[in-house]
Amino acid sequence: MAIPDHDALVAHHVLEFPGGYKRSLGPVIGRFLTELRDGKLVGVKLADGRVLVPPAEYDPQTSEATTGEYVPVGPGGVVTAWTWVPQPKRHHVLQWPFAWALVRLDGADTAMLHAVDAGDESKMATGMRVTARFREERVGHITDLESFVPEPS
Amino acid sequence: MSTEPVTMMVEAIRLDFELGAGTAQSRFLLGLADGELRGQRCPVCRKVYMPPRGSCPTDGVPTEEEVLLPDHGIVTTFCVVNLQFHPAAPPAPYVCAQVLLDGADTPLFGLVAGVPADEVRMGMKVKAEWKPREEWTTNLMNIKWFQPTGEPDAAYETYQEHV
Repeated sequence: MAIPDHDALVAHHVLEFPGGYKRSLGPVIGRFLTELRDGKLVGVKLADGRVLVPPAEYDPQTSEATTGEYVPVGPGGVVTAWTWVPQPKRHHVLQWPFAWALVRLDGADTAMLHAVDAGDESKMATGMRVTARFREERVGHITDLESFVPEPS
Repeated sequence: MSTEPVTMMVEAIRLDFELGAGTAQSRFLLGLADGELRGQRCPVCRKVYMPPRGSCPTDGVPTEEEVLLPDHGIVTTFCVVNLQFHPAAPPAPYVCAQVLLDGADTPLFGLVAGVPADEVRMGMKVKAEWKPREEWTTNLMNIKWFQPTGEPDAAYETYQEHV
């Protein structure tokens, strides 16, 4: 029997955890988010003296345990890479055009991913200075750091 | 604001997506709505894929010949599930099985019921128990589950290449 033409079926699926997915943070990310809730940014020192931000339990290059020594970083930093988001999705932190950027905070040796609220793509540049903008009400989540904004020149 | 250390986080995770079934799978699903089990045969190796995939992964050619298969076959492999996980399963412990329909070369997923879980066997002959016809949709769950027919088990040699 030959297969006749037809319209292919499409199914709509939703996969979700009602109320959200709850996870434990562990000692390192827990420390990072506790400090963030208090309006501070910290990194962790690696055995060779470099500072990892956001902190992790292990050095991503050597797999050795990090030192457990936390040091303040930022709130200013440098954009090392970025991409413009002209049409934010509804789950994005900012509901107007913004940039995803890698930001190397002052005092850090690695860059972290976050949003930069620059207003317009023409204001973005690799190497530009930005500074952290915290929320007034903070709960211990990465979104307590609402975004980075260009540092006033 | 709390001063306690932050130890937990709640992340809203939601994946909202459209899944295109594709030509072969759509033929299969539309057939189910009519109580038909539509497989497809490879023109090269002659194997019958159930459910059909639209192409033969062995020969790399389209499988354009449609084959109607019966709603009975044998259990090849299975597992006993002790959690009430599957939304349409009978009370746990229940059995999830690979059912090789007679004439098919690949097995179809199905629940097995009408027999205690610890009596299900490889090679057991089973037949589909369908939902009432008015409840049929383009969904494999039109088949509630498979039940033993009581016929003698198939010998392992007859289905070993399908396990």
